[in-house]
Amino acid sequence: MNALEVEVRRKVYRSARGERTALAELAFAVPKGEFTCIIGPSGCGKTTLLSLIAGLDRDFAGHIGREGAGRLGVVFQTPRLMPWLSVRDNVRLALTSSEAEEGRADAILREMQLADFLDAFPGRLSGGQQRRVALARAFVNEPDLLLLDEPFQSLDAPTAEQLRDLLVTMWMRLRPTILFVTHDLREALSLADRVLFLSASPGRVMLDLPLSTPRPRHPDSAAVETMRKQLLATHPDVLRGLVAGAAESAA
Amino acid sequence: MRLQLLWSGDAGLRWLSALALLALWQSAASIAQSPVLPSPVAVALALARLVMQGRLPLDLGITLLRVAASFVLAMAAGAALGILMGESRRADRLLDLWLVLGLNIPALVIIFLCYVWLGLGEVAAVVAVALNKVPTSAVILREGARAVDRELLQVAEVLRLSWTRCLRLVYLPQLYPYFMAATRSGLALIWKIVLVAELVGRSNGVGFQLGVYFAFFDITNILAYTASFIAVVAAAESLAIRPLERRLLRWRA
Repeated sequence: MNALEVEVRRKVYRSARGERTALAELAFAVPKGEFTCIIGPSGCGKTTLLSLIAGLDRDFAGHIGREGAGRLGVVFQTPRLMPWLSVRDNVRLALTSSEAEEGRADAILREMQLADFLDAFPGRLSGGQQRRVALARAFVNEPDLLLLDEPFQSLDAPTAEQLRDLLVTMWMRLRPTILFVTHDLREALSLADRVLFLSASPGRVMLDLPLSTPRPRHPDSAAVETMRKQLLATHPDVLRGLVAGAAESAA
Repeated sequence: MRLQLLWSGDAGLRWLSALALLALWQSAASIAQSPVLPSPVAVALALARLVMQGRLPLDLGITLLRVAASFVLAMAAGAALGILMGESRRADRLLDLWLVLGLNIPALVIIFLCYVWLGLGEVAAVVAVALNKVPTSAVILREGARAVDRELLQVAEVLRLSWTRCLRLVYLPQLYPYFMAATRSGLALIWKIVLVAELVGRSNGVGFQLGVYFAFFDITNILAYTASFIAVVAAAESLAIRPLERRLLRWRA
């Protein structure tokens, strides 16, 4: 059962200077509950892809199919918290008023070790804590599909690692379908069930790599390093978004 | 900014400054010995007498009501116009010329026209004062609407907030600083223009009364009315506007 089916024939940005094709002939499907990472060179259209899937941008040729009317969670590149709302009220934004009454916001914030900051404004929090709040806001309504756009970028390595652990823990408990965009290969290999490699712009899926190594996998562990070496040996240019192998270059 | 400093700065210095002003005034009055420059004591006595007689509180009350009505009207219309122009490029192009025109019509002309077109009545007075303020609040709120963070609106969209929740929790809070700026500049403007409107076309209120005293060159009573007016403005600032601002913008602290 696929939770998400993506088929973008073409996504074009128009400006006064002309047209730019951001995505072309991009298609993939994600089974329910799978943790998929999307990796690609900068400017290949990763963020565009997520905004199409999130429904923030409907101006494209193609089709995005989502199972049922499931709930959606999104974690953006920056935390995007409302600075005038307390941490608790930021998380409550994702809830209906009856759900908010149940104390779900407080519960998830406690689970994420933010119990001391429930009434604080986001401006008082560190970058890592703000991202925790953003994660809490995305998880609190128990989404069926969770989209994350390089959410742990620009954090120091230990903080990013803590948040990755938290994400995997939450995912294992609630089992949403996850689409996680990154440009960090180690991060992708440590998190995902499967990694999709996008080509340079206009982005399309170049390599679909399933991973079966058991968790937990630390980004700096030998297992991840072995996967990375194997991959780069067989597909040396994959991170630059260049097509490798004779069969594919003929296409 | 300087006003802020005056309010929150060293209290002792402020008292000293006030005393210096009074001393300067008193010595100038002593030297001049003229009915057109009464001493602070004479003005204070006149103020007390006017308050006791009941005429001044009545005028002040009427003027305050006109200020309140004009202010509410001007803020509502100005905010609606400004937000519309900030959000829609087409509306901005269409209405920008009107705005420039409105900003540059002299207040007195608007007052005359309103009295002529709407009749010498209360409605004309309130509308005339409000019309003077609409363009400036529209300009301020247009800036605010243009500065609204689209990324935060995307969050509201992803979370499927109803438009009322989006407005209340995501959109309007971004405009609060602009509302406060428009309130401040608006009150400052309306306070002054309402007196002109009263002088020209009303038979009560502070502006009308100042006109009467001017006809008799009664500077003592003019200054007494002025002092009461300043006291009310200062009270409105410290009892209503600043607490409101602190509450709305407390997350910035």
